[in-house]
Amino acid sequence: MYRILEKKILNDTVQMMKVEAPLIAKKARPGQFIILRIDETGERIPLTIAGFDREAGTITIIFQMVGKTTMKLGTLEEGDYIKDFVGPLGKASELEGYKSACVIGGGLGTAIAFPQARELFELGADVDIIAGFRSKDLIILEDEMKKTCRSLYITTDDGSNGRKGFVTDVLRELLKTRTYDVVIAIGPLVMMKFVSAITREAGIKTIVSMNSVMVDGTGMCGGCRLTVGGETKFACVDGPDFDGHLVDFDEAIMRSARYKEEENHSCRLGGYTNG
Amino acid sequence: MADMSKQKYKMPEQEPEIRNRNFSEVALGYTEELAIKEALRCLDCRHMPCVKGCPVNVDIPGFIRCIKDGEFEGAYQVLARTNSLPAVCGRVCPQETQCEELCVRALKGESVGIGRLERFAADWHMEHSQGMHEHLMTGQTAVAGKVAVVGAGPAGLTCAGDLAKLGYNVTVFEAFHEPGGVLTYGIPEFRLPKSIVKKEISILEELGVEVRVNMVIGKILSVEELLLEYDAVFIGTGAGLPRFMNIPGENLNGVYSANEFLTRINLMKAYKFPEFDTPIKIGRNVAVVGGGNVAMDAARSAKRLGAENVYIIYRRSEEELPARLEEVHHAKEEGIIFRLLENPVSIRGDEKGNVVSLECIRMELGEPDSSGRRRPVEVAGSEFMTDMDTVIIAIGQTPNPLIKDTTGGLRTARWGGIIVDEETMETSIKGVYAGGDIVTGAATVILAMGAGKKAAESIDRYIKEKNKG
Repeated sequence: MYRILEKKILNDTVQMMKVEAPLIAKKARPGQFIILRIDETGERIPLTIAGFDREAGTITIIFQMVGKTTMKLGTLEEGDYIKDFVGPLGKASELEGYKSACVIGGGLGTAIAFPQARELFELGADVDIIAGFRSKDLIILEDEMKKTCRSLYITTDDGSNGRKGFVTDVLRELLKTRTYDVVIAIGPLVMMKFVSAITREAGIKTIVSMNSVMVDGTGMCGGCRLTVGGETKFACVDGPDFDGHLVDFDEAIMRSARYKEEENHSCRLGGYTNG
Repeated sequence: MADMSKQKYKMPEQEPEIRNRNFSEVALGYTEELAIKEALRCLDCRHMPCVKGCPVNVDIPGFIRCIKDGEFEGAYQVLARTNSLPAVCGRVCPQETQCEELCVRALKGESVGIGRLERFAADWHMEHSQGMHEHLMTGQTAVAGKVAVVGAGPAGLTCAGDLAKLGYNVTVFEAFHEPGGVLTYGIPEFRLPKSIVKKEISILEELGVEVRVNMVIGKILSVEELLLEYDAVFIGTGAGLPRFMNIPGENLNGVYSANEFLTRINLMKAYKFPEFDTPIKIGRNVAVVGGGNVAMDAARSAKRLGAENVYIIYRRSEEELPARLEEVHHAKEEGIIFRLLENPVSIRGDEKGNVVSLECIRMELGEPDSSGRRRPVEVAGSEFMTDMDTVIIAIGQTPNPLIKDTTGGLRTARWGGIIVDEETMETSIKGVYAGGDIVTGAATVILAMGAGKKAAESIDRYIKEKNKG
């Protein structure tokens, strides 16, 4: 049993929780994920680690209430327990050696993109962050992001924060005057697909984080498989980070729709569906 | 006087037409009366050929003698001395190629139903006895040492049980939220009820074995770190990585690895959706590719989920099917259709990416290959299509590389298995032992248990030696 030590409501559908898991906190690195199961009848869902505190022994998760499990998770309060909490799973992001980076987050993906931006920033890279949301009310982590980058660009689909458009619009604009060693894009599959298309043209290395459906998270089920550079890879053990220029996004988009009918079970890494 | 009837007493089972619509256990087990009758077929041979066929050295005539006398608890105690999971073995061991194959009665008629009797004694104990496991502790009372076991499957649990009986402090680390390994995620409820697995494990816990779930060794802790805290480590992480065929369409929606399909059903209880949250989709027509026990389990599960037509697609002929005869027989009874001498070529989908059909090619048998079986050869131009909604790939598993990749100095074979000294099960790292599918590649529950047992003996010797020094 894993205790929820802190809970914060980030917007109507997104929450942050700090969960007591000292052994995982000791080993966790940016880009890795955990799998949790709330109770005896629950499903296992993967969530990317949004932060960790080795001293306090906590793992931070940020999730969007989109399916049965994440909705149930959202009803839990500080002091409540989560039955199972496994990790840290997947490979850590490789963030060293970059002088400049553009980190792009879409919707909830921002929660996972943010710690990567922070890590890059702390390693001394020039970091620009582009974060996209559907509307102003859904913006998360704005203050935190401001502190860990050179420039922060926030877009909304409906323009309710003043800058209407998609993250790709900003990226295209920025690339007119500058370039980056790396672009990191984390968010809806469609967003990552279009970001990768732009950067491929510009010849900029691009890392995406794949949010596949999975069961065990250790390479056992193969449910999270995707095609990267013509080869089948498992998001859980070979990723979740992959070269955005090599990922077959159309196949991934098709596979992500597999369990849509089953009550929107949010059995997908990150659970981010908006952007 | 021995009962000289040529055949085993039949074990009651659910009727095929009823059981292929539920997940309850197929075989219902002997009654006390039937068990005694079957036990009386044992000749109590002095040279005990059957025992030589048992990887965990069960005193077979000994426990059967107890059953003859109506001493059912006594029978269990004999079993439990050397077998940490008798209720499991009685159900899933391939007795026909082990103990029962060597039974003298098999020379003329059927062997004694050793597996059925083992199952009976273990079930009787679970039903009638509370506790009564302390006396299984044969070792010293003072704590002899600490051992970490990685993986709570058949190999790990056996190793843990044997070491606990010798007085060691044993901690078993399991990656899933439930222990049992393949017994829990792989073998379906209708062949091995999960309540039985739980009870067997709780007996081990009574003996002092600590099971820690949600611990992915190689991630949360390394083998190196375990060695700092424990005197020895046993690795029994199994063959958990699914193999795919690498044919077009394998990533379409509706294509499962047998691992994913069975894990969703067995571990996550998807067959009870929506009471349990994990979903599964099955459709009308299901193809299971492969001819082993896992393929049979997947096919029979698919039928129970409501599929109308379930096919086993196997590239050789019936004779070469690697599954146990009993499983093939059960599958046929339940209406599974065997499409032999066929091999999938491609899987086709609709515009949404859902499977709609499977293309196969006919095969014929050529010269024997390295496995001694006749090699299947494609019949040129014989491709044909069948409507299909779900395709389950059950062509084998390979070892999970997690431990290999995170443990420096651990010698492994090119196919990924851990290399051990076959006598001691010791790996290339001092104090680290391994056994089960991670060493042999995918095999049987009982072989893994035999390896766990052998490793436990070596670990005992190793720690005693170490403590002396």
